[in-house]
Amino acid sequence: MNVVDQELIAKVSPFNTSDSNAYNVRKDGKLLIRNITEDVSIISKEDGSGIDIYIKDNTKNALVFIPVIITKSGINDKVYNDFHIGKNAKATIMAGCAIRNNKNLDASHNGIHRFYLDEGAKVKYVEKHYADGHGQGHKTLDPITELYLGRNSSLEIDTVQISGVDSSNRITTGKLEDGATLSISEKIMTEKKQFAMTDFNIDLDGIDSSCHVVSRSVAKDDSKQVFKSNINGNNKCYGHVECDAIIQDNGHVHAIPEINAENINANLVHEATIGKIAGEQLIKLMSLGLSLEEAEAQIINGFLK
Amino acid sequence: MLELINVCFTRNNKKILDNINLKIDTNSFIAITGPNGSGKSTLAKIIMGIELPDSGKILFNNIDITNLSIAERAKLGISFAFQQPVKFKGITIYDILKLASSNQKLTKLEAYQILKEVGICGEEYLNRELNNSLSGGELKRIEIATVLLRNSKLNIFDEPEAGIDLWSFNNLINIFKNIHNNLASTTLIITHQERILNIADKIILIKNGKVDYFGENINIVDSICSNCPTKGGCNHECC
Repeated sequence: MNVVDQELIAKVSPFNTSDSNAYNVRKDGKLLIRNITEDVSIISKEDGSGIDIYIKDNTKNALVFIPVIITKSGINDKVYNDFHIGKNAKATIMAGCAIRNNKNLDASHNGIHRFYLDEGAKVKYVEKHYADGHGQGHKTLDPITELYLGRNSSLEIDTVQISGVDSSNRITTGKLEDGATLSISEKIMTEKKQFAMTDFNIDLDGIDSSCHVVSRSVAKDDSKQVFKSNINGNNKCYGHVECDAIIQDNGHVHAIPEINAENINANLVHEATIGKIAGEQLIKLMSLGLSLEEAEAQIINGFLK
Repeated sequence: MLELINVCFTRNNKKILDNINLKIDTNSFIAITGPNGSGKSTLAKIIMGIELPDSGKILFNNIDITNLSIAERAKLGISFAFQQPVKFKGITIYDILKLASSNQKLTKLEAYQILKEVGICGEEYLNRELNNSLSGGELKRIEIATVLLRNSKLNIFDEPEAGIDLWSFNNLINIFKNIHNNLASTTLIITHQERILNIADKIILIKNGKVDYFGENINIVDSICSNCPTKGGCNHECC
């Protein structure tokens, strides 16, 4: 790993190779380094298209890091990461993609993540997206996430994409069995002419399954965002979607929250709020001595924290 | 320390402040009262710079602040507690207290101490977001804490009693008694509440955008209710 690799990895995944945790770093479409543990095994797919990560039954608090870095212009990387989480296992998985595109060819990463949670498994999945570089080439991220949550399992997803990425199209689908819980928190900030699209489609199939999606986003300059979410209540279940966006300059946000009750005992809620920063919030912070610019920065930092 | 000279403010052809002249001394505790819609809140906002007067002058410690921004006035030593405390998504109570304290290096212990001073106990509060999950009374106390932390020369409170329950109100009175007794600063407090009026050194009565009375704390309630058919028997809420 060179200095640039380390710098990029640090942007999306806070791990150290001297730690005893499991990790797999992919660079420019190829494996860079890997470490496995007694409870976590990482196996490359035979066709070279990605990896399978297996976490043993009853594993306690495993930490797994799977960052992807792209340092070359013109790389279009596509990878399949399948997570097989054993019965009652507990794990935190930190993934992310960092792109540095200093030249004029486009660079993209399409990660397809599939989660299979066995009964009682509990997982926290943190995904960060970062891109920089002074070239003219576009930086594109199109992650696809498929979720299969077994009985009484729970998955908490935390995704962050703060500027830098020119175009992203994030698609998440999920199927939840009895008693399964899914919680998704998404933070997005776009600027300049960037575009970000999010599309959630969750099936609450099991009795007492529940889903909670919170999206907070800021669209600055001429950037555009589309937020689509569809929660299908197919059983006695609870689903809640909240989309909250701040627009600045000529930023556009299009929110399409959709809930679909297919069962009389489905309880589904959606909320969507789009607007500029409230004037009263700015006045309050300015009354504490902050300038208008400082007040705006504090409000946005807090909102996306 | 604060002087308003011929301050006028008109909106929608209505004179909200009509040639206000006031001279406020250092280290005094002054209640501003008067009927609803008389111009009290506008007066407070004009002092903080949230609204700018159409004409007139405002001097603060002999500096003309008439055209200064809110932040510039805050830096000179004016603080403002809002009638409706502002809520934020993502900003915690600890965040807002750090922003309020001048050096931004407020420790958790110091933040906890100031919350205790305004009647909020429990360290877990520090990491809570300043949002709808807090009660009206809690938000009000946090709002007051942000003002106390600033150690300003002039503290303005806009109807601190509005929207809080009786239990919280009793505690609020004690907070203002403490401010009165301990702070070396000037306090302007807009209120309808007799119990807050009672602890003030001086009273300013505003009626129809004009200063109707400014002087020692005499029994002002009868004067406020002079137009009320119950002559003060209405607990003053109609006034």
